[in-house]
Formats: sequence, structure tokens, C-alpha cells
Amino acid sequence: MSSTATIVSLPDQATARLPKRSYLNNEQGLLSWLLTGDHKRIAILYLISITFFFFIGGAFAGLIRLELLTPQPDLVAADTYNKFFTMHGIIMVFLFLVPSVPATIGNFLIPIMVGAKDLAFPKINLLSWYLYVVGGIMVLAALVLGGVDTGWTFTTPLSTHYLNTHVITAALAIFVAGFSSIFTGLNFIVTIHRMRCPGMTWFRLPLFVWSNYAASLLMVLGTPVLAITLVLVLLERVFGIGVFDPTKGGDPLLFQHLFWFYSHPAVYIMILPGMGVISETISTFSRKRVFGYTAVAFSSVAIALFGFFVWAHHMFIMGVSNYSALVFSLLTMLVAVPSAIKVFNWAFTLQKGSITFETPMLYSFGFLGLFTIGGLTGVFLGSLGMDIHLTETYFIVAHFHFVMVGGMLMAFLAGVHFWWPKMTGRMYPESLSKLAAVTTFIGFILTFMPQFILGYLGMPRRYHAYPPEYQVLNVLSTAGATVLGVGYMLPLLYLGWSLKYGAIAGDNPWQATGLEWQIQSPPLTENFIETPIMDHEAYDYEWLEQKKKNEVTTVG
Amino acid sequence: MDNTVATEHPHTHETAVHAEHAHVSLPQHRHHFETVEQQREAGSFGMWLFLLTEIMFFGGLFFAYLLYRNWYYDAFFTASNQLSVPLGAVNTVFLITSGFFMALAVWAAEVRKKDTLVWTLILTTVFGCAFLGIKYVEYHEKWEKHHIPGAHFDISEFVNPAAHGIKEKPLAPDMAERTQVFFFLYFAMTGMHALHMIIGVGLLFWLIGRARRGDFSAGYVAPIENFGLYWHFVDIVWLFLFPLLYLINRHPLH
Repeated sequence: MSSTATIVSLPDQATARLPKRSYLNNEQGLLSWLLTGDHKRIAILYLISITFFFFIGGAFAGLIRLELLTPQPDLVAADTYNKFFTMHGIIMVFLFLVPSVPATIGNFLIPIMVGAKDLAFPKINLLSWYLYVVGGIMVLAALVLGGVDTGWTFTTPLSTHYLNTHVITAALAIFVAGFSSIFTGLNFIVTIHRMRCPGMTWFRLPLFVWSNYAASLLMVLGTPVLAITLVLVLLERVFGIGVFDPTKGGDPLLFQHLFWFYSHPAVYIMILPGMGVISETISTFSRKRVFGYTAVAFSSVAIALFGFFVWAHHMFIMGVSNYSALVFSLLTMLVAVPSAIKVFNWAFTLQKGSITFETPMLYSFGFLGLFTIGGLTGVFLGSLGMDIHLTETYFIVAHFHFVMVGGMLMAFLAGVHFWWPKMTGRMYPESLSKLAAVTTFIGFILTFMPQFILGYLGMPRRYHAYPPEYQVLNVLSTAGATVLGVGYMLPLLYLGWSLKYGAIAGDNPWQATGLEWQIQSPPLTENFIETPIMDHEAYDYEWLEQKKKNEVTTVG
Repeated sequence: MDNTVATEHPHTHETAVHAEHAHVSLPQHRHHFETVEQQREAGSFGMWLFLLTEIMFFGGLFFAYLLYRNWYYDAFFTASNQLSVPLGAVNTVFLITSGFFMALAVWAAEVRKKDTLVWTLILTTVFGCAFLGIKYVEYHEKWEKHHIPGAHFDISEFVNPAAHGIKEKPLAPDMAERTQVFFFLYFAMTGMHALHMIIGVGLLFWLIGRARRGDFSAGYVAPIENFGLYWHFVDIVWLFLFPLLYLINRHPLH
């Protein structure tokens, strides 16, 4: 690795200025933000709000790790601990991971990447953010009023009959936030189908668009099922109806089927857009077209499709029939195929590429390694025999944190750094951000690797105390969480700093090929002055060279 | 290679922004769509997608229905006989009539007949409200007979039908309890459907107001078209609900 090689090309800082007119200063005042129809401004609103909830959810993770520092239950009582991990789960899943990349980076970029001036339905886009905020406030209300302790899965009949906590508020909150996600997905699908600029064929779309398209399909088809499930839970809880209650003839397994019919695809809602980010960064920082573009594009759709047929692998020990467990186990293994296609194609993109190691690339490498571990352990869990031993242990916890945090959060940070100059017009400080990327990676491994071992040894999840022989690994994990916390605080600080003091980025600091890099940073409210015409393939670096040459000759 | 990605420095092209808006003909045309046609297509595509989410939403209830009808067939059979087929049939006719006038309204908007549009929309509303009225009568009867699931649910009619003058095989008490599952699904499914109707009637009032102002008489018909899709979808849901809930005994399993 050569530390001097870089593709960053910034304008001469002595003369560079931010563009006079951009989406940021087009209108002034708080109301112009709160009533905006501009997809870029809504993306920024989302970015601020999900960051807020990320740190609240993170605080609960910190409290959980603090309790688990010692084997004895010395920090909080058992039911408080239950409330901690429930809040951590609800906030991180529904208020951070699901909207993370699509609603922020996707919202900002998808219209630009397809060559449109805005998403198809700007008002619905704004409504989606308001629904998110209302859902978020209701979650906070449930938290302040005394918390919820069902776990994020609202398992019945626990959630409907036995707990006296704020299940209703929390379930309604998720119902509302779910519609925010439906509207985002609907907007993306219509935009990608109907608003592409001339020449922008499906196979010239950046892979980021493809993966968000696949995730949108899941949001649109899966989320309504979660909505009706939560309605049934609420009706059962409020009116004492027996739709999930076995004593009244109901079937608790029905709840599991309906809930996981959404919540398994939701896992792919949480990872697919991240995969899109990685396709962009890997290509840009290897100066190569993504290897097997078509395969990567279709693997996103394949993941979305298979994702709908694997939900019962969450229920292997809940009393589903052996035959259905067998079929679902097989289907689960099938999801590994398109995921592996992606990882192999990224690896081949790197091969013989001119690789440079800017911050987004470091995060992307983190993603590649951690997601692969997370994905492979998923295959362990999909095998029936292993699952019986490992389910409800810390192995599961480690597995999905490798995918969600090691995968999606790394991809989210890669994306935020990669497009930060486009969003704000300014660069983040390079060396500090590299430090943050490395810190995050080390902290992550230290936090979650020990949990694989703990789970394998049999430490169950969701308990606030454990036998003393597990303490060493738990201390390592808590220490890792501390490092991880520092790794996440750093970007918050230096990205904030860069808003005012960062170097002027210019239009295309990475020399990337996407349409978004051919317009000014930060973009105009209407994105493009004239409707762009796409006359080259995606990731065509020769085209970019040619374009730059032409610019020089015409200006001279 | 020849490149025409015309996205260079924006500030030099400010006049182009205004020139671009010259071809806009309808006041409802939003600036981010290239043409009115694109806007219309996007709107109707969005509506279809929304209806797809609605199908998934109702799908969860239909799935629950499928499961419990198979488990508790006798209870479903008997409880279904409590519903009035004539009232349900009349309601089906009302809803189809309402849908017919909605289809006429879409046509009237397309050929720009303002008066026809207004009165067809009004008739759509009238038949929609008639449906809701009959639904209220049906719900009220269930209330009086304590057939609303919950603490006051009464199974005596199913355990001892003869005492209530009903010619029906009595159910064992545990199976009779399961009629509550039927009535829950009945109220959840028809209630969710009625909620969609109420929202639809609200939107109809809004559309009638706009139609009277002449908003849809100059070629801009997207709201009428898209609402038409929604209204027909609500009709279709009922066309599934009616046989599944009212007509179980017309096709007995044994």
C-alpha cells in the first residue's frame, strides 16, 4: 500500500469558491427546510434525524455492554435490562438501519443518478420524513414514559398479554414509521421506472440505483404486512381478542409467520442499499468498471426475490414442521449465492485495478471483510442442526451485528464520506477520517468476535447476568464497544467541523464517472441546467478522460 | 467518443432554466417532469404500486382467515350463517353501482364534460354512503346480539340454537368459542374495508368540490383517474370478502 497515491483532485484552494447558488442557499430560513419538496434537502433532514436516533440507540448499546462487563446483575435490574435491549433494537432497526442509506444517500442521489430533477412525488417524500419524525417521537415517548420490554420482535403472547409496558405506543410508532418507508420505496420505484433521462437505459444505471430499486421492492411489498400484523397485535392487546392467543383459539405461530414475512426481507432492506454504495466506491477507487455489472445488478434483484421465501428460518425451533424447516433451510442457503456473486465481483473489480486508499475505500474494505464473515455465519445458522445449538445465543447476536453494523453501518459511513463533498461542497479531513475508519474496524472486531465464541460456548442472549467463566470474553467485547463508540463519535465531530473549514471540493474530487459528479457541488435545486443525455456506459473511465481532455482544449 | 452530458458550469446557463419552462401547457404540470405525459404516467404507476401495498396489507388478514377457517371450519360455518346474505348482496350491488358511476366519472373527465363529471361523482358518493349505512345496520345487529369479540361475547346461540329458534346443529362449547375468531376476522376485514370506504368518501367530497370549480375540465384528469383506481380496488376487496364471509355454507365441505 502506498500512502502517497491518491486520486483526489481538488481545485486550487486559493481561488476556489463554493458555487454562488446551490440547493443549500436557494431559499433561507427554517420553514424553507421544513416545507421543502427538494429531495436533497429532505435527504439532509433525514441525515440529521437518523444520526440523532443512531446515537440514542448507541447509548443503549453502551448501557447493555456496561451491564455485561461483570457476571453479576449489578448495574440494572432484569426488566430494565430488557427495556434497554428492546429500545436498542427498535431504534436501530426501524429508525436507523431501514432508512439509513436509502432515505439519506439514496434520496439525495437517485434522482441525480437517473438524470432527473427530483423524485417523482416530492410532497410524498416530505410526508415520508414527517411520518418518520412522528414515529421517532412516539418511540421516544414510549421510552420516556417507562419503556417497552418485548424485544424489537413484539413476540406474542408476551407482547399482548403478559407485559405491562408501553407496547401500544411503540407498536403504533413502528406502524407510522413503516409508512414512511413504504412511501420512500414507492417514490424510488416510480422515479427509476419513469424519470430516467434520455439514453439512461436500465443497464447504464449505476449499481447503487439497482440495489436501492431492489430494496424498494422489499419496502413496498413487505412493510404493509408488518403494518397489518401490528394492527392485529394492537387489537388483541386493547380488546382482548384471541387472534394470536392460544387460550382463545389463536395461533402464536401465525404472528411469527406474519412478522418475519416482513422482518426477514427487512434485513435485505438494511443491507442492499449498502451493497450499492460499495459497488460505487470499489469502482471509483480501483479506476475500473465493476466486474460483471449485469451479474451484480441482477444479484440485487435475486436477493430481494429470495428474501421473501426464507422467513421461517427464524422459526426453526418454534414448532414448524420438519419438512417446512428443511425447505426453508435450503432456500436460506440459496440467498448466499447472489450475495457471494456480489463479493466475488467486487474482488475481481479490485484485481489489477489502480487501487487507492481514501477513507470511503477503507470503510468499503471493512464492509467486504465483515459482511463476508456475517454472511457466512448466516449459512451456519441456516443449517438446521447448527441452528438448534446456536439460536438464541450470542452467536446470533454476533452474526447479525456483523451484517448490520459491520456491513450496513460501514457502507453507510463509506457512502457519507464518499458523497460528503457532493452534499456539502467541502472535503472532510482525510487523515482524521482514516483514523476513524481504522478505529471503527478494530473496535468492531473486538466487540463482536468474542460474541461468536460466547455464543458457541452457549451464552444465551437477552440475559443481564451470566456465569463467571464468560467474563473475559465479555470484558473484551465491552472494551471493543468503547473503541467502537469513539470510532463513531469522530466522524460526527470532524464532519461537523468540515462544514465550515473543510477544503473546497470542486465538482469531481474523486474523478468518478457518475452523473452526480458531473454537476456542481453542492448541486443546484433543479440538479441539472439542461436534461442530461447519457451516451456512455456506467463506470466508463475512458469517457471521463476524454471529457476532461475536451474541457481543457475547449477552454484554451 | 462524443460527449454531450450537458451539465457543466451552471451559472453560465441561467437563461436556459427559463426557456425550458416554455413548453409547459397545464398549470398542474410540476417542474420536475419533462412532459405532462410523463407526470401522468408516473402518477398512475405510483397509484398501482400503492394498491400493491394495499393488497399485501389485506393479504395478512386473508392469510389469517385461511388458517382459522381450516382449523375451525364448523365454527366458521355456523357463525357465517349469522350474517344476512340479502343485506350483503344488496351491498354488493350498491358497491358495483358506485364503481360503475366512478368509471363513468373517469370517462366524463376525459371527454371534459364538467356537469356529467360532477353528478357521476355525486352518485358514486351516494352509493358508497348507502353501503356504509347498511354496514352500520349489520354491525348494530351484532352489537345487540353480543357477537362482537371481547369480554361480552356471547356463545349461547351457537351452543343452544334451538332455544333461540335457530335451526342449526349445536356446537360443542369449545368450538362455539371459536366463532369469536370468525367474528374478529369479520370485523377486522370488513372494518378495514369500511375504513378505506370512509377515506374514499372523504376524498370524493374533495374531488366533487374541485370538479365543480372546473379543475378537471381542461385535460388534467390524473386525480380522477387515480382515485378511480383506488375506488375500484376497494370494490374488488369487497368482492372477495362477500363470498368468503357470507357464503361459506353455500359451498359446504361436508
